[in-house]
Amino acid sequence: MADTAKKIFIKGLWEENPIFRQVLGVCSTLAVTNLLVNTLFMCFGVMFTTALSSLTISILRNYIPRRIRMIVQVLIIASYVMMVDIIIKALNPDIHRFIGPYVGLIITNCIIMGRAEAFASQNRPWSSFIDGIASGLGYSLILVAIALIREPLGFGTILGYVLPAREVWWHQWTIMVMPPGAFFMLAIATWIGRNLSPATPKRQG
Amino acid sequence: MTAIQDMSLFTSIIVIFISAAFTDNILLARFLGMCSCLGVSKKVDTSMGLGAAVVFVTASTAALNYLVYQYILIPFHLEFLRLITFIIVIAAFVQLIEMIIERFSPALYNALGIFLPLITVNCAILGISLFMLNKPYGFWQTFAFGLGGGFGWFLAITLIGGIREKIREESLPNGLAGPGITLIIIGIMSLAFVGFSGMIKI
Repeated sequence: MADTAKKIFIKGLWEENPIFRQVLGVCSTLAVTNLLVNTLFMCFGVMFTTALSSLTISILRNYIPRRIRMIVQVLIIASYVMMVDIIIKALNPDIHRFIGPYVGLIITNCIIMGRAEAFASQNRPWSSFIDGIASGLGYSLILVAIALIREPLGFGTILGYVLPAREVWWHQWTIMVMPPGAFFMLAIATWIGRNLSPATPKRQG
Repeated sequence: MTAIQDMSLFTSIIVIFISAAFTDNILLARFLGMCSCLGVSKKVDTSMGLGAAVVFVTASTAALNYLVYQYILIPFHLEFLRLITFIIVIAAFVQLIEMIIERFSPALYNALGIFLPLITVNCAILGISLFMLNKPYGFWQTFAFGLGGGFGWFLAITLIGGIREKIREESLPNGLAGPGITLIIIGIMSLAFVGFSGMIKI
């Protein structure tokens, strides 16, 4: 548990990547990756919530009774998600209309609960904050990668800009922006990810 | 959207149930409840146990949250508190059910017991409560929506459990075993369910 900040960061970002290594938080991964804009807003929400809720839970970790810790954690997370919800609504109401329910679902995103339970409830505030940011970034990394494949293939656009190929020869591959495309892309991402980073030995914690 | 208000209550309930279970399947079209689905769907009987618990809890909490939202949050203009309220209602309901089942039916508690805590953090439950806000439903229609959504999840996870039991002994490429192959299976099933879409519009 005497990990340095850098080690914790790399662990969360790659070695124990929440998506392909721990398979957490996949619901929102699938739902919001058909457009890159939606994905970026969602990544912002998840990073904000993991970092700050890990920090808060870690500060309060010695005051929360063990029996009711789950509900306390859920409440802390829910308050941050409420803030994210209001921020996104203020910044961009159109996007909020589309990803609104999924922003609410950050509360039950297992990455955040998982980090709170596995890391923040036993570690110092500063390392918990780093851990939260790293996990959020690891999540964003995979999400952006998947969105970068799904949006051009499905709509022929990137961030709303029409790619030249769409006008000439590219026929839009609709299945990529529909649910099955999401499942296949995530499966491939998991497959590649697991081959690139061979299984780390079991955690001591 | 208009059609649903013109129907009689009974017809609309049946239509909502079927569309929530098939055309708008919560797992295959809305991607909710994936985490527990990937974790639990290794065998048919555990899948069915969790599925049954989810059906019960989604239907009840959708109805409860509807009442809370319509009669407490809207009159007091507290709509922005909906996320935190819904999650408290769900957590409290699950806790309560756990205690009641433990007291009155130890057999059912043993069968269902380990699944109940998992349900609080199952996004399908909260998801149903959040999606119902965008729909012009009354109380019984909301209940049907919750029941149908839960049933669709039950159906999907049971099918996935069955397929995973069959492929357990097969040898797979490195790194694909476990979640990878399960996601591909779900993708193929989802292709089939996409065929349902457009059948009923709500």
